[in-house]
Amino acid sequence: MEIKMILNGRQIIREISPDLLLLEFVRAEGCRSVKRGCETSNCGLCTVLMDGTPVLSCSMLAARAAGHRIDTLEGLTAEAEEFIGFIADQGAEQCGFCNPGFVMNTIALLRENPDPTDDEIRQFLAGNLCRCSGYEGQLRGIRAFLDSRKGGKDE
Amino acid sequence: MNRQELNERSTYRSVGKCVRKKDAMQLLLGKPVYVDDITPRDALVVKVIRSPHAHALIESVEKSAAMKVPGIVGIYTYEDVPGKRFTMAGQTYPEPSPYDRLLLDRRVRFVGDPVAIVAGETEAAVNRACKIVRVKYQVLEPVLDFHKAKDNPILVHPEENWVSMCPVGADNRRNLCASDVCSENDVEAVLADCDEVIEHTYHVKACQQTMMETFRTYTEIDRYGRLHVISSTQIVFHCRRIIANALDIPKSKVHVEKPRIGGGFGAKQTVVAEIYPAFVTWVTKRPAKMIYTREECQIGGSPRHEMEVTVRLGASSDGTIRALDVYTLSNTGAFGEHGPTTVGLSGHKSIPLYTGNLEAFRFAYDVVYTNVQAAGAYRGYGATQGQFAVESAVNELAAKLGMDPVALRLKNIVREGMSMPAYYGETANACALDKCIEHCCSMFGWEEKFPVRVMPDGKIRSAGVAISMQGSGISGVDVGSATIKLNDEGFYILMIGAADMGTGCDTILAQMAAECLECSVDEIEVFGADSDASPYDSGSYASSTTYVTGKAVENACNELRENLCQLGASLLHCDRSEVEFFGNGVRKLDGTGEVSRFDLATASMVNNTIAVQTTASHSSPVSPPPFMVGMVEIELDPETGSVEILDYNAVIDCGIPVNPNLATIQAEGGIVQGIGMALYENVTYSKKGRIAENSFMQYKIPTRLDMGHLKVEFEESYEPTGPFGVKSIGEIVINTPAPALAHAIFRATGVWHRTLPITPEKILFGIED
Amino acid sequence: MITFNQYVRAASPEEAYELNLKKNNVIVGGMLWLKMTDRQYGTAIDLCDLGLETIEEDDEYYSIGAMVTLRQLEQHEGLNTLTGGAIRNSVEHIVGVQFRNCATVGGSIYGRFGFSDVLTLFLALRARVELVGAGVMELADFTQTSRQNRDVLLRILVPKDTQSVVYLSQRNSSTDFPVLAVAVGKSAQGYVYSVGARPHYAMPVCSARPLCGEEAAEKFAFGSNLRASAQYRKQICKVLVDRAMSRL
Repeated sequence: MEIKMILNGRQIIREISPDLLLLEFVRAEGCRSVKRGCETSNCGLCTVLMDGTPVLSCSMLAARAAGHRIDTLEGLTAEAEEFIGFIADQGAEQCGFCNPGFVMNTIALLRENPDPTDDEIRQFLAGNLCRCSGYEGQLRGIRAFLDSRKGGKDE
Repeated sequence: MNRQELNERSTYRSVGKCVRKKDAMQLLLGKPVYVDDITPRDALVVKVIRSPHAHALIESVEKSAAMKVPGIVGIYTYEDVPGKRFTMAGQTYPEPSPYDRLLLDRRVRFVGDPVAIVAGETEAAVNRACKIVRVKYQVLEPVLDFHKAKDNPILVHPEENWVSMCPVGADNRRNLCASDVCSENDVEAVLADCDEVIEHTYHVKACQQTMMETFRTYTEIDRYGRLHVISSTQIVFHCRRIIANALDIPKSKVHVEKPRIGGGFGAKQTVVAEIYPAFVTWVTKRPAKMIYTREECQIGGSPRHEMEVTVRLGASSDGTIRALDVYTLSNTGAFGEHGPTTVGLSGHKSIPLYTGNLEAFRFAYDVVYTNVQAAGAYRGYGATQGQFAVESAVNELAAKLGMDPVALRLKNIVREGMSMPAYYGETANACALDKCIEHCCSMFGWEEKFPVRVMPDGKIRSAGVAISMQGSGISGVDVGSATIKLNDEGFYILMIGAADMGTGCDTILAQMAAECLECSVDEIEVFGADSDASPYDSGSYASSTTYVTGKAVENACNELRENLCQLGASLLHCDRSEVEFFGNGVRKLDGTGEVSRFDLATASMVNNTIAVQTTASHSSPVSPPPFMVGMVEIELDPETGSVEILDYNAVIDCGIPVNPNLATIQAEGGIVQGIGMALYENVTYSKKGRIAENSFMQYKIPTRLDMGHLKVEFEESYEPTGPFGVKSIGEIVINTPAPALAHAIFRATGVWHRTLPITPEKILFGIED
Repeated sequence: MITFNQYVRAASPEEAYELNLKKNNVIVGGMLWLKMTDRQYGTAIDLCDLGLETIEEDDEYYSIGAMVTLRQLEQHEGLNTLTGGAIRNSVEHIVGVQFRNCATVGGSIYGRFGFSDVLTLFLALRARVELVGAGVMELADFTQTSRQNRDVLLRILVPKDTQSVVYLSQRNSSTDFPVLAVAVGKSAQGYVYSVGARPHYAMPVCSARPLCGEEAAEKFAFGSNLRASAQYRKQICKVLVDRAMSRL
């Protein structure tokens, strides 16, 4: 079947198999930032934005995404670059495999809630698993970014 | 000190600084850097059909129908593979792990054991073919209870060509993968003379590393006809050997490299996925790729060894710990990877913590084969299991004596300068464990938090403590090497065979090189790991890289400084003794001339015979232990058994932390893994040996809502044998949560839980095991 | 792995119903559970063009479209005011925001999953379901219908006359399935005790008078699975019902 969507700002038309998952679709389109970490919708590694809303691309049919706007980290580099340096300054990226999903969901969080509390950050990102960092450094990084944006001191 | 204080205080230029990881921005931007991102998408898809039985003999494999599925290229069974046994354990040759594997065997030994390899053009075709292949089994009775494995009439490895190449006490006719006993002085006599003897058995399950990137490998034939392997591995050199063994081809025909690795934690110290696509490529000469599913990782990976550790701890009524007797029963599962070695740490890295007044010890173990998933290497590597037992026993002693468990430890722990009989007689050259404990007490508020407090809503707050040690590399075995090379315009390349699996060792080793070469870390580029191009390194495991490979970096850089001085002297037309290296070049001691690094680099490429690249290898006769203490405060709901972690504090002595940021993150990550193991990460088998926790839906790892607030600080010591005084940090950090949490839960409920995980149900009903 | 040959966005509820009558076809909700099944289907029927992703209200009911996501429920002001935040409490532990942006209320209710927090709460709210086929019926009755039933779930109707409702759950870790889920609703008609993840799917027990935990727990059957034993679930039921009653 044929689908049309806006992938990272670009209108595309593709012929796909009706049972193709969005995850496989965007990877085939070159968006290799989108990762698979499980088969049970538990890890958050495959997070993309659909019309600005974070969804699990492993659980979304490419066919259902037709007619929508899909953003992966490849398309949101500038927005990510606002804060990822603060994560790097903690060393919290570690192996990096969970990073794209985590960064995408953080983008969604900051769009929805530009000044979240630590608990709101934890709550919003609870579906992003990370086995390396123990999460605390990711939180410190986001906190440092938020503080710097308020004119606080950089860490 | 916390990481920022360490950063500011460091007297070094690059070592001790919170430098960003060299790959940080690439990773955070999701750039294509992992196996599946950088290898062709049109490679053959490789999958294996797995046994539904825990123990069976394959009677027949009907594959003709499956071969007709469009796109299927090959289906291979035990009849198609070499008959020489090997081990998949990534260890130095000759491996202590027995040679008990074939690529595919007629006998299948656990639910999930590969039966056939299927290769095809598309995933859909391979999935289809996997469903069509009909396998007839002669189902055999399995050995599922590891208590009954030793000398069981049912043998997991009855085959004649099973080989154990090292004297580890293995005997396949007894289901024994290893067995040994060692001791110092008469432990029975001292125990008989003790006022108190604590004797209990503690049980840790076959927990999973659950690195976010599953096992995966790409293989192709390169332009010289060699097998080129791109794999997510911690051990490129061992991997080369193991693939060659599995395929029974010369080592020279195999080339292994790793790109970025999406986490390892020891899982990728075993060659789990590599041999299957390697076989397909070698047979078909076509590129092939195998990507493990999460389920395959959970049922056919390389998890922690399930161990039951029995401790007899003897003490006087004043709390002097006089004797420790430890017996470990370890379950290696269907194959012996890391079986003979993990078990050693359960005693050799728990007993020495109490060297202080110890008069005698004994440590004995059996490692048994059973028909469950084979175990492997997982951060902590046996020390985790042993320390859960011994630390719990020490806490039980404190409770029995009515002593503060911190005071009890300060009375008995190993201290700097002590010789540790249970740690191969090594001396604790650098040990700030006492300072760690005192520091953590004040940071955590032990005096206020240790007393049990009932909150207005009925919930109970309590605290627990545990200490830990690990090693820094495998003494007398591990080899680390580094090549440092001066290039155009004066930049350096550091070539290593150690594997950065997210830990940051590329950056840490670059920091050391920058320190030695008096330049910035940005002027050191890092390359690795590649079995053709990198200097030999055992690989990244056993907490070895910073300590062992780090020293090789230091030595290589010092040799390069010397060579640059020689080159500089020739350019300055003077004697070597008249010049010195100063970072940006070489200058005459009398100040009459200098040559820049830029010009040295240029000169090195014109009519030059002095090498501006040097290689050094290092091995250490000792494995200096890092030390650590962890303290946890919990809030326990006595009506439901739920445990909420409020605070987890830790203070670590890893010598001099090379990068305080990365050391902190290592610690935080390890602590959270330990929390998961303590409270909910479980492995249970059906009556037929099938693992229930085969996905992230059933095997629950901590989320960021499950770990409370972490605080990690450091006490420095200076390890004289390490580069810049360093020891290790990679593994020790996973060890304290289980005993500390069991302790805090006992304080709240009065019940000791000696089997992990300690679930709310066990807590509510006071179920000990 | 799930496969199918065709994907159709139904143009009307009736079309969806017609397509779904064929046993080899399937309606896709959030795909979270469905995609894990290892089955070959003919046609996947998507309801996403039927305007079912909205929550509407009239004087008596909130009408929740089957394609409304759990995240929408979590953030819906009116529903959370009505339930004193119980709606949010019932979904906020479900995996993560991205998951809840995918999972649909229709999928959760129609699937009658044992672990369903949403089903547990909606039973306590005395919700009704609107189906193509059977029309409007009590949710409690719907849960008893055959799973072979090919009706299409369109909306969930939540009456506004609930005076108070509390949702509580017990979990082994924070975003895991519940070991037990309890919701207690109170209205002019009395009390509804709904207990889910027993581990069987939720069922409601109505009572004119308030029940204590001990009494309520006797009215339900509990079973054992990987996460907990029947005995533990029964004990937790007592505790959570008592806690819910004190908060009601």
